[in-house]
Amino acid sequence: MIAPPNYTSLARNMLLTIIIVSLMPMIIVSGSILYKFGTSYHEKVKAHLGELIQKHKQNIDYFLTEKLANIRMLSRSFTFEQLSREYFLQNNLVMLQQEYGPFIVDLGVISETGNQIAYAGPFKLGRASYANADWFKKAMKSEYFISDVFLGLRGVPHFIVTVKNYNNGKPWLLRATIDFVTFNNLVEKIRIGETGAAFILNKNGEFQTKTWLDILADKELYMNFLKNKNNMDGNIHIISKTNASGHKHIYVVAFLKNGDWALLYQQSEADAFADIQTAKNITIVIILMGALAIVIMAFALSKQMALRFIKGEKEKQIMNKKIVETGKLATVGELAAGVAHEINNPVAIMVEEAGWIGDLLEDDDLKESKDLDEFKRALEQIRTQGRRCKEITHKLLSFARKSDSAVNDVHINDLIREVIALSSQRAKYSKVLLMTDNLQEGLPSIKLSQSEMQQVFLNLINNALDAMDEKGGTLEISAQLDDNANYIMIKFADTGPGIAKANMDRIFNPFFTTKSVGKGTGLGLSICYGIIQRMGGEIDVESMVGAGTTFNIRIPVENN
Amino acid sequence: MYVANLLLVDDEVPFVETMTKRLSKRNFNVLSANSGQEALEQLKKNLSIEVVVLDVKMPGMDGIKTLSEIKRQYPLVEVVMLTGHATVESAIEGMKFGAFDYLMKPCDMDQLIAKVNEASGKKRQHEEKIIEARMKEITGRRA
Repeated sequence: MIAPPNYTSLARNMLLTIIIVSLMPMIIVSGSILYKFGTSYHEKVKAHLGELIQKHKQNIDYFLTEKLANIRMLSRSFTFEQLSREYFLQNNLVMLQQEYGPFIVDLGVISETGNQIAYAGPFKLGRASYANADWFKKAMKSEYFISDVFLGLRGVPHFIVTVKNYNNGKPWLLRATIDFVTFNNLVEKIRIGETGAAFILNKNGEFQTKTWLDILADKELYMNFLKNKNNMDGNIHIISKTNASGHKHIYVVAFLKNGDWALLYQQSEADAFADIQTAKNITIVIILMGALAIVIMAFALSKQMALRFIKGEKEKQIMNKKIVETGKLATVGELAAGVAHEINNPVAIMVEEAGWIGDLLEDDDLKESKDLDEFKRALEQIRTQGRRCKEITHKLLSFARKSDSAVNDVHINDLIREVIALSSQRAKYSKVLLMTDNLQEGLPSIKLSQSEMQQVFLNLINNALDAMDEKGGTLEISAQLDDNANYIMIKFADTGPGIAKANMDRIFNPFFTTKSVGKGTGLGLSICYGIIQRMGGEIDVESMVGAGTTFNIRIPVENN
Repeated sequence: MYVANLLLVDDEVPFVETMTKRLSKRNFNVLSANSGQEALEQLKKNLSIEVVVLDVKMPGMDGIKTLSEIKRQYPLVEVVMLTGHATVESAIEGMKFGAFDYLMKPCDMDQLIAKVNEASGKKRQHEEKIIEARMKEITGRRA
């Protein structure tokens, strides 16, 4: 018998194939979509941030330009003397504040020596001297000047705008302080997400606006941006960098005031791309769940498949066994037929020769021989053994013979009763009770060879009678339609000694017999098996040593 | 006077010889042949043969062919078929072709003799009827 193939490896291969084939496209498709979508989303976000900062840069630039223009107009419209009068200056400040809002906090007129000649505003700065102030030196060098944020004399962060003008060839400055809070709002209101914020740095990396960010750690980074100003063409620069604390951030840099200041916007990438991250997470969860489902399904499917294969294999093996059994019968049958024919003739001659000797012994001159009786006994023995040979050869031939009898519609019950009638005499001698109470009435007639079926029944009954020869017993023969009405089930249940377990597999084998030499040929059950097989039926045996043996025959109602 | 005139046909020579001896001892006139062809020749030479005991299974011209030839040429000669078990069908077929009966090999001498006697009896009856019919015809012509 062939060893059953290893189905575990088959199941494993199937499992892997299903998983790979199902998962690969899912992963590739979702992966590529996620990548493409992510990339374009990143670009979108960055473009959006760029635009936002660009707009604010323009706003701030515009704000500064406007303030400068206000002061310039004031400086051009009036003379040094007019503006040096404090109440005049005060009037103008009020007017500016009324026209343009409270952006300009105070105004001052400063002489070329750095002394404040006139002042209008909330701080009592009076005639302060700015001769040594950094911004004053710078302001005197150019026509317009916007300072960095500084504390100055008032001790509050602010920045100033100055316009230089000449009075009788001597330069003087008109100075305006820009409200830091208002300016700060321009930048501070740029807030996006949880971490997105903007601020302004000057060339030295000092803050020009307030910020809640902890910037000190990243100062170097910002200085880098500022230093690389010349390498950055255009207006807006968007940079992704890891900051000192190890988080990836997006930085947007725009330069203000001809590059003196930098408007910086920073936001952590995690925050900026939070939406796409959420989408990614959802996708991954879906993929994982899908993968799990696929794995479970693949596992179940491959297991089921393997089980089905194993079942098929088992059925195949049973089938093979049957085929081998049938093949064995056929081969033995042909062999037996040949042998029987060849033996038949010599046996016939031997028997005839013995007969001839018998004839001669009848002659008068031999009748006186003292060994006459011994001759006769020997001849009788030859005849007896010849008959035995004849019986064997005839059984062999019937075993091999093709179905010779015509197929007719047969009522199984009638057939059983006929055979029982034939056997009843023998049963009586064997003290066996034949019971036929369970012959179901109204069984359909079956198309089969009556004589073959008789042979089967007779063989089984004779076997049962032989088995119960010594002690007697009962032989119950029953015939019933099975539940689906596909088969007629015929049972021959005896109460004999049963069949030894070791013999169970061999009882249908040709020439297998447990009867003593000369009593049985070992062909009876083989013949039964062959006949039932040819009818498309089945025969099997159940036996328990000491309790009895049951032969079950199943004959299909409709096929033949 | 013999009990019957017999032709024994079988390819097994020792079988034929022994049977011949045994039947002769029982006062049969036995002729023998070892093939179908030979059997036809014997019949041609010996018109007195009444019964042919014919083996079904022979090489060359087999029993059935020989039988039909015998029946064609000598319709009144009766034929008893001898057969092994496996060739019962051919024996039955033989009876359809006009054989008188069949016997299974190895056969019982008494059975064989009984069959042969029946066959020869039938043949003689047959012949008597034919003679009667002829006589009737002849007497009828005279009348």
